[in-house]
Amino acid sequence: MTTDTTTKSAASGATPGETVLDARGVTMRFGGLTAVSDVDLTVNSGEIVGLIGPNGAGKTTFFNCLTGLYIPTEGEVRYKNQVLPPKSFKVTAAGIARTFQNIRLFANMTVLENVLVGRHTRTREGLWSALLRGPGFHKAEAASRARAMELLEFVGLAAKADHLARNLPYGEQRKLEIARALASEPGLLLLDEPTAGMNPQETRAAEELIFAIRDRGIAVLVIEHDMRFIMNLCDRVAVLVQGKKLIEGDAATVQRDERVIAAYLGEPLANDPGAEEAAEVEAAEAAAEATTDAAPGKENDR
Amino acid sequence: MTTQTTAAQTAGTPAADTPKGLIGIPETIGRALATAGGALAVVSTFLAWTWTSEFPGDLTVYGYPGGLQVLVLIGGALTALFGLASYGVKGLRWLVPAGADSALKLAALGTFVTAWYTIIAISTTLGGLVNLEPGGWIAAVTTLAALVGALALPFERPVLDAADPDDSGWEAFRHNARNQGAVLKAAIASGTASPARKLPSYAEILIIVAALAVGLIVFTYGIGTEYDELFVGFLITAGFGFAAVAKAGLVGRLSAITAKHRTVTMVGAFVAAAAFPFTQSDDRYATIGVYILIFATVALGLNIVVGLAGLLDLGYVAFLGVGAYTAAMVSGSPTSPFDIHLPFWLSALIGAAVAMVFGVVIGAPTLRLRGDYLAIVTLGFGEIFRIAVLNMDGTSGPDITNGSNGISSVPNLNILGFDFGQQHDILGVSIGRFSNYFLLMLLITLVVVVVFRRSSDSRIGRAWIAIREDETAALAMGINGFRVKLIAFALGATLAGLAGTVQAHVTYTVTPEQYQFAHVVPPNSAFLLAAVVLGGMGTISGPLVGAALLYLIPAKLQFLGDYQLFAFGLALVLLMRFRPEGLIPNRRRQLEFHEEAEAPTVLSKAGA
Repeated sequence: MTTDTTTKSAASGATPGETVLDARGVTMRFGGLTAVSDVDLTVNSGEIVGLIGPNGAGKTTFFNCLTGLYIPTEGEVRYKNQVLPPKSFKVTAAGIARTFQNIRLFANMTVLENVLVGRHTRTREGLWSALLRGPGFHKAEAASRARAMELLEFVGLAAKADHLARNLPYGEQRKLEIARALASEPGLLLLDEPTAGMNPQETRAAEELIFAIRDRGIAVLVIEHDMRFIMNLCDRVAVLVQGKKLIEGDAATVQRDERVIAAYLGEPLANDPGAEEAAEVEAAEAAAEATTDAAPGKENDR
Repeated sequence: MTTQTTAAQTAGTPAADTPKGLIGIPETIGRALATAGGALAVVSTFLAWTWTSEFPGDLTVYGYPGGLQVLVLIGGALTALFGLASYGVKGLRWLVPAGADSALKLAALGTFVTAWYTIIAISTTLGGLVNLEPGGWIAAVTTLAALVGALALPFERPVLDAADPDDSGWEAFRHNARNQGAVLKAAIASGTASPARKLPSYAEILIIVAALAVGLIVFTYGIGTEYDELFVGFLITAGFGFAAVAKAGLVGRLSAITAKHRTVTMVGAFVAAAAFPFTQSDDRYATIGVYILIFATVALGLNIVVGLAGLLDLGYVAFLGVGAYTAAMVSGSPTSPFDIHLPFWLSALIGAAVAMVFGVVIGAPTLRLRGDYLAIVTLGFGEIFRIAVLNMDGTSGPDITNGSNGISSVPNLNILGFDFGQQHDILGVSIGRFSNYFLLMLLITLVVVVVFRRSSDSRIGRAWIAIREDETAALAMGINGFRVKLIAFALGATLAGLAGTVQAHVTYTVTPEQYQFAHVVPPNSAFLLAAVVLGGMGTISGPLVGAALLYLIPAKLQFLGDYQLFAFGLALVLLMRFRPEGLIPNRRRQLEFHEEAEAPTVLSKAGA
């Protein structure tokens, strides 16, 4: 029956500049494949850090290592100088919340209930208190609801509190996922491609929202592909290529770095090694075309 | 080949601009025909339908409807009422908040099917149509007229997909079947309900009471049907009647009212259920009643595990067995290895506690599995329980459970001097042994309902639903998935064990055969799961209704004999095809106010 709803926001005590997240030498291997190799990353309080890299660079794997979904093969992750426990629900309780690249809401619950689920780690009522319904239960439930409504207000979904999560339009589902993550009162929020599939207006709104989250004293680590978005938003950007951290620095530095450009666009090589193969492919295509022409109607002979 | 061609033409005809019915009769004539047909069908039930009382129910009396005639009377009356309401007659408009036409069609169809079923049953039982009296012919003609009239009522035709000329024969056939299905569906689609008039809350409570009274009457009638024909007729009339009332928008309105007064509804429902033994003159149907209650209570417990937490448990009946065996052993049965006779409250607590321990012991290693694996492992554990109990007979194992003979002669309960084995006179009504147990079991059901309601609407219940919806996301929200699932599993086991402690006394004997995975007689794991799925996962009334139907139908339709399980399987497949959310859909599904809600509901359900 201990009610612990008045837990102060985990971040509120943090002084600016204090290291919130400290990942050292994180390596993740799946069998013979090394998805993330020896990555160091720190996030300080009051900071928005971006994590970019081409597809398959290991960004989401790294995220999963941070949130306890994967246990890193090597290296350790510290949150406020505590080594993170290897279970994702304990990581959330410690103060790291996340959203997912492909939205993972509880589709058949209402918007409000989704946020209330996010409150799980900050409330303590168990089965007995639910069955007996003492005054403590009602108080805690009311407090949770008030807090959840406040968060919905914050992301602008208060009017839709009673809608089913799956009936929300795409952009609002993203917002709801952020509200749900905030409900666990994190000190660090991990956002996995928060603007994927959004139009420019929605992206701008998301940017405002993330700034507002930062202003609440919550550090943010964000994976994103939209370069303009990430360059506007982030204080620091780390680039991950093939599981390794290529460079870390402010937006301008990263943007100018030739290795980053090469990682995204490829670089012209001296002796053009692909030319031979390209010519071969072209020739094969031409040959294939010729055979089809020679035997018209062949495609109908099945 | 010919059918396909004609079908293609039907589907190809463009939807007419003016809405029209399924049958080409002018609307005014159709409506009059339907209404008058319903009214005349009512009249016909007061006439004799056959000359001999050999057909059960005695349909030979003039001026007094009997047996199946009563059902036709009710159907006809409903048809006539909906017909009059469709004219907009003052005072009847409250009947049809969502439009009368669809309701009229279904009511007319139900009446027609019931009447013609009766006529055909009379002819086949007695050997030929000559056995019909004029009343029977009148009933046949008037119900047919009502149906034809109702089908002539116009409706909004759906926009059909054009056929692809390249389709093969089978594809074209499927396409046409789909289009015709869409037309039929549109023919009985109900409109949007007009806004409800503000009623004072006492009036709303009166409506709830009236609805519960109707429910009690329908249930009592169904349980008291004495011959197969009457029960089949009852199912037809009740099914179509309920569908008609639902299409009229009354069910939606009623559920809105009950949602507003949930506690009143719950108390009222239990008063109505407790009134059931007092409506019976002897103990015959109270027997069925108490078995239904045991079945329903266990199904409701399973609904916590399956419906809320999403854990597919195929061995759930084992926990009922654990509770029953425990209670039987400590209640002074002569064949029990323990020579103790504890009071009921203590044996019930011990039974529930032992079941909980079994739940934790079985759940702890298995709940780390997900989905299908969990189902298979629980299925295995369910059978392990039965076989272990079967073998603990002193020859194959320790002498504890008496093997296949079970623990027999479990004495009747005696609580505070109230002997459950004796007949008592309460309020001038004699209450027999099974009625006593019915009332006790009702208390247990009440406990389970309260537990279900309170736990589902709390932090832990939300965690269960979150786990069911998306386990990875739930873990990322800080929910300790294993712990929360174990609580659900153990709670479900405890409730089943509690029900088992009463079951041991009701059945006198506890044997391993009662706790199989699949069997003709419920409760068993397969039927329990079916009751939950049929009734509606995650609801309270769903499993109760599902269990009542699943118990009553096999018990009443004895003539199905060996085909019972076959018919059950067929019904299950059809229901899952056409109403995957169960008979009573979850509140969450009702929350979907969007028009296109139908398709996504089904899709996401399959995904979850």
